[in-house]
Amino acid sequence: MKRLFLIEFHKLKHNKSAKILSILYFVLFSAIALFASIRFNFGAIDFRFADQGIFNFPYIWHFNTYVVAFLKIFLAIVIVSMMSSEYTNRTLKQNLIDGLSKKEFILSKFLNVLFYAVASTVLVFVVSLILGLIFSDFDEASIIFSDLEYVFAYFVKLLGFFSLCMFLGIFVKRSAFALGFLFLIWVIEGIVYLVITFQVEILKPLIQFMPLTSMSNLIKEPVTRLNIVKSTAQSVNPEFVKNYDVSLLSVVIVLAWTFIFVYGSFLILKKRDL
Amino acid sequence: METILKLNQLTKKFGKLTAVNQLSFEIEKGNVYGILGPNGSGKSTTLGIILNVVNKTSGEFEWFGGQVETHEALKKVGAIIENPNFYPNMSAEDNLKLVCKIKGVDYSKIDEKLEIVDLLDRKENTFKSYSLGMKQRLAIASALLNDPEILILDEPTNGLDPQGIHQIREIIRKIAADGMTILLASHLLDEVEKVCSHVVIIRNGVKLYAGSVDQMNATHGFVEIASKNLEELDSALGQLDFIEKVVKVDEHHRLKAFLSLPIEASELNKTLASQGIYVNLLIKRKETLEEQFLELTKA
Repeated sequence: MKRLFLIEFHKLKHNKSAKILSILYFVLFSAIALFASIRFNFGAIDFRFADQGIFNFPYIWHFNTYVVAFLKIFLAIVIVSMMSSEYTNRTLKQNLIDGLSKKEFILSKFLNVLFYAVASTVLVFVVSLILGLIFSDFDEASIIFSDLEYVFAYFVKLLGFFSLCMFLGIFVKRSAFALGFLFLIWVIEGIVYLVITFQVEILKPLIQFMPLTSMSNLIKEPVTRLNIVKSTAQSVNPEFVKNYDVSLLSVVIVLAWTFIFVYGSFLILKKRDL
Repeated sequence: METILKLNQLTKKFGKLTAVNQLSFEIEKGNVYGILGPNGSGKSTTLGIILNVVNKTSGEFEWFGGQVETHEALKKVGAIIENPNFYPNMSAEDNLKLVCKIKGVDYSKIDEKLEIVDLLDRKENTFKSYSLGMKQRLAIASALLNDPEILILDEPTNGLDPQGIHQIREIIRKIAADGMTILLASHLLDEVEKVCSHVVIIRNGVKLYAGSVDQMNATHGFVEIASKNLEELDSALGQLDFIEKVVKVDEHHRLKAFLSLPIEASELNKTLASQGIYVNLLIKRKETLEEQFLELTKA
């Protein structure tokens, strides 16, 4: 296991574009947090995101994991291109000839995916913790460390998404096409969602099983939970109640997809002649 | 003798095409094997199968007596197939470090092997900055990293310029002289003839011959012969019992007489002289590997 990780890390360390994109990802990640703490001063309007309660514990866990998740596309590009470049440079073939088994190859790539997911999760935890400690109105430990399931959901979300990217990289072999494919899945899911919602309501429970939808279901939008927004929403629609919890079912669905993507990558590689 | 690799009825089909057809042969330690065949005869596919990158359709192969799994066995094998494949943005040294990690070899081997292929002073440069000849030499260094039990080379001089070909050939000769087992697939028959003790010849995926180069030459060779009066010579040769057949070659300026017994050229000369026939050309030789190969692979 350690050997596989070291092999993968060696590849990563000496891959310039992967390095640049990864650094960009983590810089942007921190920048978003900083941006939110900037005070906007337009004459009469004195506005600061941080003062709107978004950095209050435990809400901050929900808000930050939801907002920074869109940055995952940076790492998606890294993962897809690292997979497909193994094909285009024929280094996958050479790796196998040198004595790596196909199973070990997939495992080493999955370790890479896992590494990115863990690193992102740790970062979101640390950044949120710091921001919270600076701006939060509450600072009791019991409040700080409540609702941490959002951080866990964030990890699962990234793991599932990166596994999908890895699968597409292996399946399609060309990074541009793989990313196009990812976009296509997103569009198709959108169409299926619309068709089911407006035409065949009976199939509605199936929507949550689609891969990208299941990943986005993990962390629900936090905006309507914010006090000012919520009060507005409730004044318009007094019935407005929404469950923002991380549902166990969606975690299970995403983990199942993760398994399917990783095992599917292995099966594809096993069947293929290189 | 220790068997390194054994193929048994190995078959690979790509749809309707049978690329490798029930191929069986063995590789024994210490020998240098040439694997010959026209383009598309299934050489690379065969190597791909034993190197774990192509899935066989049926049949078996086993490395080192079949005690270990293929990918484990490959750690004791050094192989380069077709083009040298490395990570373009990594330096030569970092590429070799990666191979060390995969094969479980110590980094200390890197400089030693780079020295052999004369790339030590270029080890900091990225792979993509290398010329094709350097890339191929790096591939050889990489294949040698683990001091392999067997070195597999698929067309190692393909696409190289004369200097490059010469360098690669020298390296192979040096390695072969050290007693390493080598499996060399090549079109360049004189190259194979110079270094190989055994050959496997395949055409359309079927084995035509496997064995030592000497035994392949089971005939006793032939003589090229000429005299002033070719007709007289022709009939005289036809009467000798150790001459199998006589054909006219070189626009009928000389004859080619195939021997059925191991007769020295001087012996033939003496016999002819005793009949009053004096030759002005007499060369005894065996078929070159190229001639035999072309003969064998004739469709």
